[in-house]
Amino acid sequence: MSQLLTLITGRTTTQGKTLHLGKESKEFLEEVFKVEMNPEDMARRGLADGAEVRVRSEHGEMKGRVKQSDVPVGLVFIAYSYFCNQLVGGDTGGTGMPSSKGIRVQVEAV
Amino acid sequence: MKRVVENVTCPFCGVVCDDLEITVENAEITEAKRGCVLGRYTFLRHNDDRATMRVNGEPATLDICIEEAVDILDRADFPLLYGLASTECNAQRKAVEIADLIGATIDTTSSVCHSPTLQAIQHMGDSTCTVGEIKNRSKLLIFWGCNPAESHPRHFSRYSVTPTGMFVPEGRKGRYVVNVDVRKTPSARAADLFIQVEPGADYEVLTVLRALVNGRPVDVGEVGGVKVEVLRELAQRMKSVKFGSLFWGMGLTMSRGRHMNIFAMLALARDLNQYTKFTASPMRGHGNVVGAATVMTFSTGYPFAVNLSRGYPQYSPGEFSSVDVLARGEADAALILAADAVGNFPGRASEYLKKIPLIAIDPKESMTTRAARVVIPTAIAGIQAGGTVYRMDGIPLPLTQILESQYPSDLDVLSRIAAGIRRRRGLPETVAAHADAENSPRASV
Repeated sequence: MSQLLTLITGRTTTQGKTLHLGKESKEFLEEVFKVEMNPEDMARRGLADGAEVRVRSEHGEMKGRVKQSDVPVGLVFIAYSYFCNQLVGGDTGGTGMPSSKGIRVQVEAV
Repeated sequence: MKRVVENVTCPFCGVVCDDLEITVENAEITEAKRGCVLGRYTFLRHNDDRATMRVNGEPATLDICIEEAVDILDRADFPLLYGLASTECNAQRKAVEIADLIGATIDTTSSVCHSPTLQAIQHMGDSTCTVGEIKNRSKLLIFWGCNPAESHPRHFSRYSVTPTGMFVPEGRKGRYVVNVDVRKTPSARAADLFIQVEPGADYEVLTVLRALVNGRPVDVGEVGGVKVEVLRELAQRMKSVKFGSLFWGMGLTMSRGRHMNIFAMLALARDLNQYTKFTASPMRGHGNVVGAATVMTFSTGYPFAVNLSRGYPQYSPGEFSSVDVLARGEADAALILAADAVGNFPGRASEYLKKIPLIAIDPKESMTTRAARVVIPTAIAGIQAGGTVYRMDGIPLPLTQILESQYPSDLDVLSRIAAGIRRRRGLPETVAAHADAENSPRASV
């Protein structure tokens, strides 16, 4: 089993502008399927830039494509959408707010 | 025919820029001058992926859609009204009226963005100001767990980092900018100092920073991946500036600690005000989310997660917040207004939402409209309908109706649903005149 990484979901400019084209548009889907990773974490898993991967948490999974970036080692970033929200749990700890950042995930080649 | 509409308010994010110049040629928007990339797409691509009126996937008239929506809401034992962000305040008021009428749980998109901020402010109060004060006075800007360069693109240039202000005549050179985050986002490029914290360690770092500001002993060399020396210098800089400002985003509200992170942030601002003037402001917005919290608060007393089933408002995050209500499988029908709940909620909550009778009122298609039994497309507030929106600092601004629309406004649709429910229940219809009187936009058609 590969080492767990920490997932941060968030907004990007491209996600924000392409949602106006439609959430099923090619441009939007391309952005929200990007799985940003540090080169060190990619090398450890034998993943090349653009490789298709499966991201899993204890709550669900999604498929995406690796994008090499300067995120810190141990971190994964994915732009907000229905797909990365499958990895987020429904427990809000009594606050109403799910933990959409800091989720422990596995990233594996498909 | 070509015409230019000036001083247009952008409805997309909480910065609510009100200086756009929109060019209309032959009833099409062809230019959105001064808009950021998000604003330009809001105006120029407003006709892309528009929703269609339908019931159970079949094309339907507005009358049939309204009748079906009334039927769903009237029959429900535990209806949920959610969203309200991407519309104007009169429609938001009408949504609260419907919730009151049917004894629903009503919740806004604050629930999954800044609800921890709202909860922390309820406990702590806030040391806040308008963005104009920041522009004119603030010389130390600390952006913590937020990325305005991507989510609020004109905040830096209009209100915080680069503008010249009354007491900051040097503009950018007169300000010191700090960005604190778990990763180096594009916002870090605008900063003089970037501090990288470990994910989930914000509360610890803020607590140590507070200790340093207050001159308490700190016996560790590092906290949350940050050297205490860096925090010591920052604390000194914060205390010595004449006017400083803290900003935060979902890096704090969505991470471990949630409202306690914000509690620590507000406490830091309070502490700093013993030495100098410091403000603390959440980076709010998508759309009119601040308006939604404001309308909810002046209507029910609470900003989100309100249940009206007992005939009076009960506020309980965790109990009446949408994700909890849905993840526990409690709601038996939902009306989603101007938001994409299915797309934005955690998997478990969105999967449940797909299973119950769902009404989606939205100008555009979304994951929610695709799952909904009833879809009612509406005129886009700020382009095809007027009204009022609130900026992130709580200042209301008028929206301009730039174009005519073949679709009804959110307010029209909600007024008809409210009237339909009243008819079903034998209550007097008191809403039509009210709706006409209230929807008085700055029309520029």
